[in-house]
Amino acid sequence: MSPPTTRRGFLGRALSSGGLLALGGLGCDSRRPKEGFLGVMERTNEGFQQALFDPERLAPELPESALTPPGKYPAYRIGRDFPAAPAGWALRVGGLVQRPLVLTAADLQRLPRTRVRVRHHCVEGWSAVAAWDGVRLSELARLAGIDPRVRYVEFRSFERGYFSSWDRESALHPQTILAYGMNGSPLDRRYGAPLRLYSAVKLGYKMVKWISEVTFLPVRTGGYWEDQGYEWFAGV
Amino acid sequence: MPRPVQPLPVRMTHWVDGVLLVVMAGSGLRILKAFPSLGEQGRPYGWYPFQGEPPPDALMIGGWLAGARAWHFAFAWLFVLNAVVYLAYLFASGAWRERFFFPRRDARHAWLTLLHDLRLRRGPLPRHGLYNGMQRLAYTGVVLLGALSVLSGLAIYKPVQLRWLTALHGGYDAARAVHLLALVALAAFTVLHVVQVALHPRTFVDMTLGGRRAEEPR
Repeated sequence: MSPPTTRRGFLGRALSSGGLLALGGLGCDSRRPKEGFLGVMERTNEGFQQALFDPERLAPELPESALTPPGKYPAYRIGRDFPAAPAGWALRVGGLVQRPLVLTAADLQRLPRTRVRVRHHCVEGWSAVAAWDGVRLSELARLAGIDPRVRYVEFRSFERGYFSSWDRESALHPQTILAYGMNGSPLDRRYGAPLRLYSAVKLGYKMVKWISEVTFLPVRTGGYWEDQGYEWFAGV
Repeated sequence: MPRPVQPLPVRMTHWVDGVLLVVMAGSGLRILKAFPSLGEQGRPYGWYPFQGEPPPDALMIGGWLAGARAWHFAFAWLFVLNAVVYLAYLFASGAWRERFFFPRRDARHAWLTLLHDLRLRRGPLPRHGLYNGMQRLAYTGVVLLGALSVLSGLAIYKPVQLRWLTALHGGYDAARAVHLLALVALAAFTVLHVVQVALHPRTFVDMTLGGRRAEEPR
């Protein structure tokens, strides 16, 4: 930050930082948004979001004309490169289930296919539209036979340290899928191949890419973004 | 004892709102910085002149995206609560009658005030109670702008759960533009408001200490 050059600039900065310091004393630390007053309000907002969430409410399915033009759909990664799937990749489904599963790409293709073409909402503020093909998570839950004690679902990537935990209701929403196709083609590595989470009811950062593991849990864990300070629920 | 020009609940909610507006605007601009464009990916709005240009650093609060979101969604509740207290007081006390804009009563006086302020009309304005017509128009308009900020904010906060509200705005990206335009309008109001107060310092004293009415209106 450049030093203030004018007296007015200095005064303005002194006043605003003084005000921010006062609020900081009340428990507003931007670097720790889950603590103090900000943290209390985050938990309030989580309750608000959960109350607002209707597991039956669907996001509007959009026409083909709404698709984001080719090349304009952002591709994000958390590491230096887009990771490649390890040899012999298969999806492991486990946790509190009666029948843990190991599914290859071919196994997944044989399961009932769902296409979701909805608006994607990024935490940054942009939106985009793609058509995603995959298997409903609720289908995998049915196949594995999840225990009534399951309240959360954790998605883990083969990209180290990349994971996210979801509330059960959002995970089992009919527009939440594990996607292996995008816009009619096999999913590209830049968008999470061989398998990524896609959902109409969460912000983009909850949708783990390069997935290797789905675990049904009675307890809540965090996530790559969530542990840095981004909110955990992040519904839309 | 006659009511002060600005009763205590009005003074309190007024100044609290001033602080809250700064926090909401500053954190909102920090959120905007993460994607400082309007329109969906691949289809930017042609009319928006600042595509890709982040807001000035000095105007932003929250430090980073998650921090700014935490501030924004925490203080949004206080912003709404403060507005509810203000409106509840106005309606409970009956003060809304002399503060809000009613076209039949106030439109002509608002027009005269405008001509007067632009020096297009000579002579003193006819008396019009607590506020002139233009003030009533501005102070009612700013309450509606606040409501629009909250509604468009909810539309981009929950575009699926509140999909009817988002659709009412013309979709997610349109609602995002409405939300920013509401901020621009609120900022424009604030600038004009501060200029008017500087020209009429008495109103600042009234809004801080309450003031005493020269005579009861009517």
